[in-house]
Amino acid sequence: MRLTEEEQDMLAGKSGEVPRIALAHQVAVGEFFGAADFVPVSQAHIMADTESLGEAGVAWLEMLAAVKGGRRRVRIPTITDPRGTDFSQSVLLGHTRKMLGLEERTIAAFVKLGVMLTDTCINYQTVQPATRGEHVAFGDTGVVIYSNSVCGARSNFEGGPSALAAGLTGRTPRYGFHLDAHRRATLKVRVDFTPQRLDEWGALGGVIGRLAGNYWAVPVIEGIESAPTSDALKHFGAAMASYGSSALFHLVGLTPEAQRLSDVADASIPAHVVTRADVEALIGATRKDGGVDVVVFSAPQLSLLEMRDLAESCDGRKFRVPMLAVTSPQVKPDADRMGYTRMIESAGGTVLSGMCFYQSYAREIAEANGWKRLATNSAKMVNILGGYGYVPMLASMQACLDAAESGRLA
Amino acid sequence: MNTTTGPRVFVARHAMGRAVEGIALVAKDGFSARYDLDRIQGVFSRPTHRLAGKSYLDRVLVLDTAKGGVASAWMLNEMRSRGVMPLALILNTVNPIIAQGAAFGDLPLMAGFDGDITALIADGARVRVDPAAHSLTLMASP
Repeated sequence: MRLTEEEQDMLAGKSGEVPRIALAHQVAVGEFFGAADFVPVSQAHIMADTESLGEAGVAWLEMLAAVKGGRRRVRIPTITDPRGTDFSQSVLLGHTRKMLGLEERTIAAFVKLGVMLTDTCINYQTVQPATRGEHVAFGDTGVVIYSNSVCGARSNFEGGPSALAAGLTGRTPRYGFHLDAHRRATLKVRVDFTPQRLDEWGALGGVIGRLAGNYWAVPVIEGIESAPTSDALKHFGAAMASYGSSALFHLVGLTPEAQRLSDVADASIPAHVVTRADVEALIGATRKDGGVDVVVFSAPQLSLLEMRDLAESCDGRKFRVPMLAVTSPQVKPDADRMGYTRMIESAGGTVLSGMCFYQSYAREIAEANGWKRLATNSAKMVNILGGYGYVPMLASMQACLDAAESGRLA
Repeated sequence: MNTTTGPRVFVARHAMGRAVEGIALVAKDGFSARYDLDRIQGVFSRPTHRLAGKSYLDRVLVLDTAKGGVASAWMLNEMRSRGVMPLALILNTVNPIIAQGAAFGDLPLMAGFDGDITALIADGARVRVDPAAHSLTLMASP
């Protein structure tokens, strides 16, 4: 990679050990992908739940935070993805003292490094969305695909160590979706209907993600009849990223880089058709006979508007099985103030904030609570939780709430 | 049992890490540390994964593509710290997360071959991974 004088000094340790470690990691990744140089970034977003970090990752953060001399704090606004617990609900979740200890140590290390503990995977709805052409270093695949596609920003998937490195150096290797060439569509998808419910938007994203198949594939989609809401595209993108490892999509006439198909696509790219039946098949394949142990709304965290819809749908209900609604620390105070938390809790539900269900020791939560059969309206969560031993089932918000009352998903 | 008469070498466009040699565990399926693995037991745990129930410990994993979320960037290092780790990871296509995780977790990684590497390497074959030379050598077929 071509390094500036400042970067050469950083790599030589002239700015201190922390920036040296960070830049050396970034050079290794950049050279793997053939990056020509670095690009300055304006924000970084770190996924760092402690189930992922483990003792080793936490100790590494503490090592960085304990370095004496040189520059140790991040150079750009650097925020966090959900934590691995909601400390106020850790008993309900069955989180152990050891898990909480790892979380506390991680938080302490991040504070010393100057990281802002926003604990959210919907920063584009609650903190500050990136703008068109803005180069950023975001973690959480849902954040990246939304920022790239809906906002027109430029980010690769930046895992925790790389996102922190970007925060510490203020730059990231220039490859992938920082480059114009990789933002062109590689497949064209025509859909024959426009989803209405969030679970349908997620399922459509999942179908297209499977079609795309890998990180470098960029679908351009035609046939969406009207402008989707931010929550719809949140579920759509998060599921596409989850099922396909996709980081960018274009909606013709709707997303900023694809006002016309020809803006992003050559005529020769492969074309596919996705039907309502394809979406219903993805949903149907998740449905199993029998009861439901827990209902979860999460992944991504719920926006204030989703909290409102959920709260109003809880009116008059009494849940027999646990119902968890997970939101961000930015939304939770508004949900409290506007009465949504009380409405959900009055029906027997629980509102959690600052975590995300699958990032919070999902396997251990299942074992502690006897939860296996899970209903949700998040296609992303359905795709993830199978590997954690759950039987996850995808359904509408209303159907999930019915299941929380009856114990069965109709 | 089939044996080869001479080593066959496959060249990767992307490579990083140490040279290693071991037995390949092969499937035309994806890889995500969070989605696919029971990292405590060291086995593939996603029921629908083609390697479900199989141990990845000290195997050269030969798979199709990197899948899923960003957690693998931390998890490969965590797996390394407990010694419950594959020997190397070979993919047709890679995403940044796996590359970042391999760099952070000291996992030899190669990706991008002429041809489908999951069809070119048989499950159980003995292979040598040499990232510095960008080469994957088939030492012996199963």
